[in-house]
Amino acid sequence: MATGARLRRRDTGMTATGATGRKRLTTSAMIASFADPGQRTTPAPFGHALNRLAEQRPEIVGLSADLAKYTDMHIFRDVHPERFFQMGMAEQSMLGAAAGMAEVGLTPFASTYCVFASRRAYDFFCLDIAEPGLNVNVVGGLPGLTTGYGPSHQATEDMAILRGMPGLTIVDPCDSVDIEQAVPQLADTPGPTYLRLLRGKVPTVLDEYDYRFELGKAAELRTGRDVLLISTGLMTMRALTAAQELGKHHVDAAVLHVPTVKPLDTERIVAEAATDRLVVTLENHSVVGGLAESVASSLAFAGQCARIVPIALPDEFLAAGALPTLHDRYGLSSDGVVRRVLAEMK
Amino acid sequence: MSVQPHAERVGGSASRSERIARITESARRIRKNALDMGEVQGQGYIAQALGVADILAVAYTDRLRYRAEDPEWEGRDRFLLSIGHYAIALYAALAEAGILDVAELETYGADESRLPMSGMASYTPGMEISGGSLGHGLTVAVGMALGLRHRGNGARVYNLLSDGELDEGSTWEAALAASHHELGNLTAIVDVNHLQADGPTDGVLRTEPVVDKWRAFGWHAVRVDGNDVDALISAFDELDEAAGPSVLVCDTRVGRGVPFLEQREKAHFMRVEEHEWQLARDYVEGTRV
Repeated sequence: MATGARLRRRDTGMTATGATGRKRLTTSAMIASFADPGQRTTPAPFGHALNRLAEQRPEIVGLSADLAKYTDMHIFRDVHPERFFQMGMAEQSMLGAAAGMAEVGLTPFASTYCVFASRRAYDFFCLDIAEPGLNVNVVGGLPGLTTGYGPSHQATEDMAILRGMPGLTIVDPCDSVDIEQAVPQLADTPGPTYLRLLRGKVPTVLDEYDYRFELGKAAELRTGRDVLLISTGLMTMRALTAAQELGKHHVDAAVLHVPTVKPLDTERIVAEAATDRLVVTLENHSVVGGLAESVASSLAFAGQCARIVPIALPDEFLAAGALPTLHDRYGLSSDGVVRRVLAEMK
Repeated sequence: MSVQPHAERVGGSASRSERIARITESARRIRKNALDMGEVQGQGYIAQALGVADILAVAYTDRLRYRAEDPEWEGRDRFLLSIGHYAIALYAALAEAGILDVAELETYGADESRLPMSGMASYTPGMEISGGSLGHGLTVAVGMALGLRHRGNGARVYNLLSDGELDEGSTWEAALAASHHELGNLTAIVDVNHLQADGPTDGVLRTEPVVDKWRAFGWHAVRVDGNDVDALISAFDELDEAAGPSVLVCDTRVGRGVPFLEQREKAHFMRVEEHEWQLARDYVEGTRV
């Protein structure tokens, strides 16, 4: 089997077990689900939120670079066909065109995958959208490790690339609640934004907490005396599960959710880290240039010292394979988080 | 509020020869403005500016709808300069159009000036985009044309790009999009001066046959001598009739109007000696032939 052969070549530690009869986990789809079995989900929260917003604001338009169906933009396209613009598999052209639309008074949401928005179309995002400070909202699917397709589709360094772009707001949502509440706030933000989209059946987690998404703000989802878990994106979901599990080990963990990575709520982070708790950062992104380094620099710039345990993807091109296997392998699973925290506390 | 009349309206009342005379005189002033700016800095893309002056004269005195006192007027036609280094030429034209004060031109390239060496929208009234990173202009033009049509705004979008810019893949992404979306309100103007940073276009990366390429992408394409005002007028009139996007491929001569610059060895950044600026002006103003 080709996939198995490639995995062996990459020395992933997985072995073909077909002959012995154990069921192999396989990459069944490009967009695999990262929801835990039995978890509550909400279908296409981005598409429905954009439709609700579009009903109130006629200047909202949508664009996609041949990925409407895979970024939940098709929900908007089907309801507002006259306000949807298909730009073809041409991300540079799409972001340039989105800039042009914003120049004439429209508020575009432009969707593609994170890898293409950040790697392929950076110059257009930067110079046509960010430099003039236009209200263009770039929506990227498959953030970090949310596909088993390998480096071509795994946006492990998109935030590292984009954090240097002046004036850009970067949001890494945890779940459907974050996405639904973020969409209108992204449109209300005058300059450019970048949303690390979770699409399809998206886990619904944060409605169980006293929480509202507020752009630019971190939120404490649970308190804890021993460990401070500072998390962004889907890793907040993992942090919450891990915190519950850590309780069984008599470790009391707080979770500070940081959905806006830029501008970072440094004030809150510095204040929360000013205790003797172990500081752990969690992100669905490379350890280079994402949340861990943002938190580290925030503390250092404030003259505050703390050891930070970064739970993040390694600075490598990742393997292809089934998502649960890969999340476990790279330490993003809830169990992996628990193991790491317990090990660091010894 | 005075509105710069559109060519069709002007063309209807002015005779062809009056139209040509008016544009030719405007092109002469644009060349002089550009030479004045070049002299202040002692450098600049003066050869390109001289080459493209006739196109800008037709655009700003015969084609574009705009309000000189209100450069942000929503109904204006958008003129997008992809080639940021041609800013010297566009400033010269914006002064000719009354959007900039001629006196301000002497600040070109100086600290705190609104007229930087490479065109930027945030600095200069009438500069629609920040060019310079080549291959961007047409993508933004496509978005503007789509957006204006979507909003029921009848303004047109023009994008001046260079033949060197045809090397950029994004130009062709945008060309596909314009054709697919049948953007009849979009016109590209390609300045074919056969010159790129590393040498002649033919030697850097062959782009000919340029017209065939645009036609294959679904554009209405016309090729003219970009220094022939009469031919430019006819070509623009023809493009107005196109249902989809249209492109005017203009063969221009760098240094046009100043014989010793026309004959000088072609270079992306042409050197002009200190004493030559007045000499060049004399040729442009017709006091030396």
